[in-house]
Amino acid sequence: MFEFSSIEQYHAQLKEGRATCLQAVEHYLHQIESFARLNAFIEVYKDEALHQAASLDAKRKKGEPMGQLHGVVIGIKDVICYKNHFVSAASKILSGFTSVYSATAVERLLAEDAIIIGRLNCDEFAMGSSNENSYYGKVLNAADETRIPGGSSGGSAVAVQAGLCMVSLGSDTGGSVRQPADFCGIIGLKPTYGRISRYGLIAYASSFDQIGVFGNIVPDVSKVVEVIAGADDYDSTVSQIPVEKYAANLSTGKKYRFAFFQEALDHPGLDPEIASAIKNLFEKVKADGHTVEPVRFEYLDYIVAAYYVLTTAEASSNLSRFDGVKYGYRSGHATENLDDFYKQTRSEGFGKEVKRRIMLGTFVLSTGYYDAYFSKAQQVRKLLKDKTELIFRDYDFILLPNSPTTAFKIGEKMNDPVAMYLADIYTVMANLIGVPAIALPLFKHSNKMPFGLQVMANNFNELSLLQVSDYIMKRYKVIPA
Amino acid sequence: MSTKDLYEIVVGLEVHAQLLTKSKLFCGDSIAFGQEPNIQVSPITLGHPGTLPKMNRRAIECAVKMGLACHCEIERYNYFARKNYFYPDLPKGYQVSQHTTPICKSGFITIKSGNSAKLIRLNRIHLEEDAGKSVHDADIHNTCVDYNRAGTPLIEIVSEPDLRSAEEVYNYLTEIRKIVRYLGVCDGNMEEGSLRCDVNISVRRKGDEKLGTKVEVKNLNSIRNARRAVETEAERLIGLIEKGETIIQQTRSFDAGNGTTFAIRDKEDADDYRYFPEPDLTPFNLEEEFIERIRREIPQLHTERISKYVNEYKLSEYDAVILTEEKSFSDYFEDLVTFARDYKASANWMAGPVKSWLNDNGNEIENFPLKPERLSALIQLVNNNKVSFTVASTKLLNALLGDASKEPLQLATELNLLQESNASAIEPIIEQVISKYADKVKEYKKGKKGLLSLFVGEVMKLSKGKADPKLTNDLLTEKLNS
Repeated sequence: MFEFSSIEQYHAQLKEGRATCLQAVEHYLHQIESFARLNAFIEVYKDEALHQAASLDAKRKKGEPMGQLHGVVIGIKDVICYKNHFVSAASKILSGFTSVYSATAVERLLAEDAIIIGRLNCDEFAMGSSNENSYYGKVLNAADETRIPGGSSGGSAVAVQAGLCMVSLGSDTGGSVRQPADFCGIIGLKPTYGRISRYGLIAYASSFDQIGVFGNIVPDVSKVVEVIAGADDYDSTVSQIPVEKYAANLSTGKKYRFAFFQEALDHPGLDPEIASAIKNLFEKVKADGHTVEPVRFEYLDYIVAAYYVLTTAEASSNLSRFDGVKYGYRSGHATENLDDFYKQTRSEGFGKEVKRRIMLGTFVLSTGYYDAYFSKAQQVRKLLKDKTELIFRDYDFILLPNSPTTAFKIGEKMNDPVAMYLADIYTVMANLIGVPAIALPLFKHSNKMPFGLQVMANNFNELSLLQVSDYIMKRYKVIPA
Repeated sequence: MSTKDLYEIVVGLEVHAQLLTKSKLFCGDSIAFGQEPNIQVSPITLGHPGTLPKMNRRAIECAVKMGLACHCEIERYNYFARKNYFYPDLPKGYQVSQHTTPICKSGFITIKSGNSAKLIRLNRIHLEEDAGKSVHDADIHNTCVDYNRAGTPLIEIVSEPDLRSAEEVYNYLTEIRKIVRYLGVCDGNMEEGSLRCDVNISVRRKGDEKLGTKVEVKNLNSIRNARRAVETEAERLIGLIEKGETIIQQTRSFDAGNGTTFAIRDKEDADDYRYFPEPDLTPFNLEEEFIERIRREIPQLHTERISKYVNEYKLSEYDAVILTEEKSFSDYFEDLVTFARDYKASANWMAGPVKSWLNDNGNEIENFPLKPERLSALIQLVNNNKVSFTVASTKLLNALLGDASKEPLQLATELNLLQESNASAIEPIIEQVISKYADKVKEYKKGKKGLLSLFVGEVMKLSKGKADPKLTNDLLTEKLNS
């Protein structure tokens, strides 16, 4: 019987001959089948994964060197391109579309011997906070199947939560990794914007999107980020800053300086149980000799608005390429002219939420509205960056909740998109300013659902963020009774 | 005075020039012209999901080079914007362009206007990517799209409305074509579409300050057609005003077949392009050092060469213009004069025999079989009276073109084309001619001196063109007057 606890353990087992990659893959295939009702996977690469596992086992037995992610079974969100495999962004408009190239992140995973076991369900074009917007149906939270898993990377979160793979990739534009991680009780990291190449990540909002990683423990997440991060000729927005060795350097004995926003914890929308759990935690952290101090933050009410103006603007343009001309879905209805052709195909191909955001984005970029919305939102973004820069002069990290609530019931917010948007209040900030942020599952709510803490670090401080995360997880995680 | 003379034509041009880079503006695909459809199309060109642009440095260099040559200010901080619209030949649904911050601002181009020079001010030169091509006649039922051209780097050169006639438009475009070719930033081929222009035209009563309503004319695939289009469109606009009709701001297309323009769309239908900064490309700064390097790389332009040819080489303005028409032709001349120091003779050879050979063979100077060094040796033979110009530019040149491996002197010897400069060899022929034309000699001696040329001609004929004409002339005169 195969059991997974960490990549390190797994590798030790492989080396000692107590496990094989094939056993691991067979285990996960069985798990995926047993939990098919969760709808986490859109497609499972069964034969391919088995074949790859067998060949890795053979290579290892011959004494060939093991890649850093040798045999690590990974699921990827269906917005990440994998050569000769379908990719759809969970949208009808890309039904039947096969990618002719692999994302840089995927290439790097494969180069280190990872096994990609399938593509994971998500909100269409990564737009959503509940994973209810997928053309392939909603995903269920394994902790309570009447609840949503969060979004947009709901499938990626549930796949790790339910033990359907070891780690998974998602994408985070405004919290799409951290919020589902929080709702599912696992770790979700959004690295710094520009830390991981976006080449091959289907764009939602280009200046916000970042590939993120889900895992059960900090060392596993660290290892995966280490492999996929770094400079890439195919993405001019990716940073040239060298990638540090995260996984091997997690332990420090440092005393940290944490900042938090009183306004965020006193926010009327925040579940009081979450607020008090976090406030109690602060006391423990202080008692351990760290600094935890409130800083003034007067922009909380502007960030969701700024986020939705800018991301929908970029999305309206990014999604223009899906027009039925070159690839993907094309309406079978005969049309009179070119305009009708576009309207027909795009009306049929995109889901409701995607259409809503395309229209919003088109509106805010229109002549006459541009200055009132797009320019204003850019100014807010700049203010936020400046403000955060000041905070990081005095503090190592900023602590926030991940979400105002725990995972909500299926259908609960589907008819109130604004309420759904407002629930992103704590996560969009990191994307607006680009900094890395992580969701750490520390607590359990009286409603039995998990929740945790969000930690934000300054740009490209992944190493210290992962170090502090490892420390917090080990020191403060409330072991469920 | 005709009605037309009461009006003034006001024209501004938008010229698109495809840059002579090896690859596209944002990916490694080739930009070669005339390939099979859809073979220069990577996932990036096709706008496949997840693809991102990567900047081609060479395109930036070309744009800066053009800007410097046109006396523009170079923008140090640059970024791209997206111009959003739907069209099948636009793979991403937006064009990446420099809407708000053109890489080059203001500047000017000097053109000929009548007998004087005129400055045409530029508004901007900016970088952008080309679209693909819709092909409407390949299939009866469908429009086909060829994306080979999509993503080809372009510069758009936008002039101020400073042009006042079709002739000026013609001269402006000719000038731009020369500049881009001399700089090597564009091949200037309008037929293949590597140089394209849109004309913004309006007319107003002479003396009026206010500009008339403008019309944009597209689809001009030659400089000549641009001139024709301006003529026709100006006439149409003046006609409308004369009839008391209002001019509608619209986009029109030129039909080269019948020389008319027709409306494509009215201004009211214009798209809202929703420009915003391209988030997939980081802004780029141009360092002083980079700009200075590009400045040093700018070759001598035709204007500088013309003044050199006129002032230093003492050639006529006419010859200088002919020599500099094409950069490659002028380059050949530059090489030639380093060997053959005789500027005038070199110019004559270039404008004469060389140019006619190129015209006759429909060929370019790059393919002229004789290297400058060889041609200079041939010029040397003529200058040293070894071969007459006539023989050299016909028989000997043809022989050399047929066998470029041989030295001109060697070939002239082999073909027995060397000029006879030895009196003792010419004298017997003179004797022959004098005895053959005894009557004419008498007439000559009576004073009909014009007959000399007849005798010279006869000597040349009998010597098969080899007799040195000057020597023959001298010997004959001496003989006849004795």
